[in-house]
Amino acid sequence: MKFQGKTYKFGDNVNTDEIIPARYLNTSDPQELAAHVMEDADPGFPGLVKPGDIVLAGRNFGCGSSREHAPLALKTAGVACIVAASFARIFYRNAFNIGLPILECPDAASETQAGQKIAIDAGQGIIKNLTTGKTYQVDPIPPFMQELVAAGGLMEYVKRNLTAKF
Amino acid sequence: MPRPMTISEKILARAAGKKYVAPGEMILARLDLCLGNDITAPLAIKEFYGNGGKQVFDRKRVALIHDHFTPNKDIKSAQQTKLLREFAHEQKLKYYWDQGECGIEHALLPEQGVVVPGDLIIGADSHTCTYGALGAFATGVGSTDLAAAMLTGRAWFRVPPSIKLIFRGKMPRDVTAKDLILLAIARLGVDGANYRALEFTGPVISGLSMAGRFTMSNMAIEAGGKAGLVVPDAVTKKYSLGRAQRKPRYYASDADAVYEKVEEFDVSRLEPLVAKPHLPSNVEPVSRLKNIVLDQAVIGSCTNGRIEDLREAAKLLKGKKVSSRVRTIIFPATPTIWKQALKEGLMEVFTSAGCIISPPTCGPCLGGHMGVLAEGERAVATTNRNFVGRMGHTKSEVYLASPGVAAASAIKGRLAHPQEVRGSKWKQGVKK
Repeated sequence: MKFQGKTYKFGDNVNTDEIIPARYLNTSDPQELAAHVMEDADPGFPGLVKPGDIVLAGRNFGCGSSREHAPLALKTAGVACIVAASFARIFYRNAFNIGLPILECPDAASETQAGQKIAIDAGQGIIKNLTTGKTYQVDPIPPFMQELVAAGGLMEYVKRNLTAKF
Repeated sequence: MPRPMTISEKILARAAGKKYVAPGEMILARLDLCLGNDITAPLAIKEFYGNGGKQVFDRKRVALIHDHFTPNKDIKSAQQTKLLREFAHEQKLKYYWDQGECGIEHALLPEQGVVVPGDLIIGADSHTCTYGALGAFATGVGSTDLAAAMLTGRAWFRVPPSIKLIFRGKMPRDVTAKDLILLAIARLGVDGANYRALEFTGPVISGLSMAGRFTMSNMAIEAGGKAGLVVPDAVTKKYSLGRAQRKPRYYASDADAVYEKVEEFDVSRLEPLVAKPHLPSNVEPVSRLKNIVLDQAVIGSCTNGRIEDLREAAKLLKGKKVSSRVRTIIFPATPTIWKQALKEGLMEVFTSAGCIISPPTCGPCLGGHMGVLAEGERAVATTNRNFVGRMGHTKSEVYLASPGVAAASAIKGRLAHPQEVRGSKWKQGVKK
């Protein structure tokens, strides 16, 4: 999986109330959710984000509620990958379950500036800042998570493995 | 290889059909229960059907609770609830409540004995960790996990390392389980327990009621915790007796079980605490925050909406009036609690004090409905999160505290220590 895109940058502890506020949770329509993604953290974001863009964040990205609407809104808005210093557990799980690749890399997340272009090779675990030329090596995604992403998310994985009793 | 295990590891090993598991291990485990609510279940139901789902794996092991935007806030939320209702009926789910029987999931399921000690549970709600208080391993997941669980009865887990939190000392008056968990979150930080299971132990925990233990386990997630367990004891067994709908399994951690970290807390000199905006770890004693003027007080939720919490608030509100500037909303967590409060005369106390009494709902806690904050407004709340915009406008503020502090603050119109209003009804508060 390779991505290349423009970056948006957020701080530490960006919580699910900021990613998709509860006032929009009376729907589970991905397009409606995407129209409000991150608006409480940056009101301009939903209007600016383009397919293929990459989100950078600090520690504990996606903390708070279990709402899958958060990674779903980001994915539907076109975000190709998220690189953060760390992710909150449920967000991490949800992102892989819906097939949104995310990577933990504190150095790349802090050193890359908003608006710079980066290239990611998730399979190799390499992040390259195309603006500065700096390259980062990331911890590999655990094998089971790679299987999930390769399958296209948990439901596809389950369907393929149903006979094997999942 | 045989190894000593924590209670979390024992439950996960049992559910994975293994003798032993170790932190870091990936397992597929059989679930005792999975649950969802009116926000998370609609997505799960769509995925369930979308992937060829016809019947849930076991109609007695899937619970659906509409509590977030109910009573229905608007047309869209009514559609979501309708989806749950139709699914529950079609699948003949045993654990589905409607009308005046439904309450806040994390208070309702333990109360009705649907979650029992020793269970492995996933819930599409982050506060699913509440059931850890019963000695169950319960953790929050998303809608896709719920969909897969409804289909297969299984979920994947990475076995978490455990952190042991030992509470010692004598609890001072006005200090509650809420203060203990805020203290722990302040020390651990909001991601200090990320990917980890917490285990609450020590003489102070042994002395807590089930209500207090639920409050603590409920907020394990606010330190990032995957779960927050209390090893079952006589209190747990008494609570489960005649209530548990399945046979409880009482697990205990081995004496030589391995913990990633052990933290000790002496509570003897603890004061009632408040978590200031905008993180639950941003904790300070209430005595240093008496200049914080309030617009709203919210007493209830899955964290502090049990009868014990309402009694604590009513004790302070009895014979007094809340400040005319503070909208004080009481929301009992379940219909049973509501009725019990009525029976005990607490509702009379609340209404006479000028409080608003809400039906059981998560509404105000997440800024959903039934008590949303305007720009610049401040609330004291017995809920669990104080993130930016959590209870309404992004420029509003939430201060988390115990029911006692919330009640005292409602009377004073600013953050207040329960001491400030106790026994002073002839001097202040009552204005005719």
